[in-house]
Amino acid sequence: MRYAYLVLAFVVVATVSILGFRGSTSTKPPLEVFPDMDRQAKYKPQAASAFFADGRADRPIPPGVVARGDLRDDAHLYTGKAADGSFASGFPSSLSIDARFLELGRARYNVSCLPCHGAVGDGNGITKSYGMGATPTYHDDRLRNMPEGEIYNTIVHGKGNMLSYADKLNAEERWAVIAYVRALQRAQTGTLNDVPASHKSELGIQ
Amino acid sequence: MSHIFPKSANKLPLQIIIFVLVLVGVVTAATTYYATPKYTRIGYAPVQPVPFSHALHAGQLGIDCRYCHVGVDKGATSTVPTAQTCMNCHNQILPDSPALAPVRESFASGDPIKWVKVHQVPDYVYFNHAVHVNRGISCVECHGKVNEMEVVRHEKPLSMGFCLDCHRDPASHVRPLDQITNLNWTPAQASEHAKWAQDFVKNNHITPPQSCTGCHR
Repeated sequence: MRYAYLVLAFVVVATVSILGFRGSTSTKPPLEVFPDMDRQAKYKPQAASAFFADGRADRPIPPGVVARGDLRDDAHLYTGKAADGSFASGFPSSLSIDARFLELGRARYNVSCLPCHGAVGDGNGITKSYGMGATPTYHDDRLRNMPEGEIYNTIVHGKGNMLSYADKLNAEERWAVIAYVRALQRAQTGTLNDVPASHKSELGIQ
Repeated sequence: MSHIFPKSANKLPLQIIIFVLVLVGVVTAATTYYATPKYTRIGYAPVQPVPFSHALHAGQLGIDCRYCHVGVDKGATSTVPTAQTCMNCHNQILPDSPALAPVRESFASGDPIKWVKVHQVPDYVYFNHAVHVNRGISCVECHGKVNEMEVVRHEKPLSMGFCLDCHRDPASHVRPLDQITNLNWTPAQASEHAKWAQDFVKNNHITPPQSCTGCHR
């Protein structure tokens, strides 16, 4: 009987030495103990495919395809251009520019634009200290007077060293970001006359 | 003729029963310890084709998670970024780094970089990122402090028990929606936050499913 316990002890020691402890770092793919239907013959997003020549399960949309309800016939909203092909000024009429819209713009600006353009739009984002080329400030007359449609066009197609952000921001978000950029620009040109009377005492003026 | 078996043989049946009980105990303990995602999944840190450091990009630079993982608050999948996302900066920062060669190649050819998936739920689990991050569940709840990881490491078990712990008690996991991607966030005052969390869960009608069809179909 003693031998049986010795063998058992040996097996336990061997198991622990081979399998180790919980939480140890490993580069080997996790073992699936009960693999029943863990991996099924179906495609998941961004997965690989042995069937398609380019090896991707995600299929690119063929040119000219329009998804149902997504015709994008509002040129101002989707291209930033007016009927005559010039950059449109102002915001598309289908959007309401309100506090919620500006909040959306701020949220998206802080995610997608802030790393280079900086929190106040002065072009001094964190990337500057890592070697990013000169990022223009929003606070000059060229960009203050630029039509909204041209800013939209820059977000969609990029400009200079800036690549397209069309895959990161949808149409509404792009316009919301533009509205927020306009707010940033306005914030830099504020005067004492812009302070509401009820808040003047907080700033020590009156 | 009277001594075929020694006297000690009388104890043998009992000894065998005790040994079998011990054996069953050891096997049960080993299975409990090893045959669970707490052992199989936690600690998985595969070698990626590009040595991308989340600690540098998300931690040191403070780039928001959603700068790269754009799909996370819009759909079921938290998308892995395209090479163009990397090139937004790396067309100017370290443009000739040999470590970034696969990125430049992918950007030029359009063929994706073959990133190795770290967090992978079974195919019968239908996890939706957007419903979680838009209802106050931070990335850190399931992925750990990725902003401190040089190499992404599987930190949480992502087992069904792990999901249900939170689905049964969402109030102790939610946080303000503007702090979702701030992985270092902790409530300033725990008692005040607990009250806020109760209200947040109630006001937003957060009723995480505990039925099978909530996550399986």
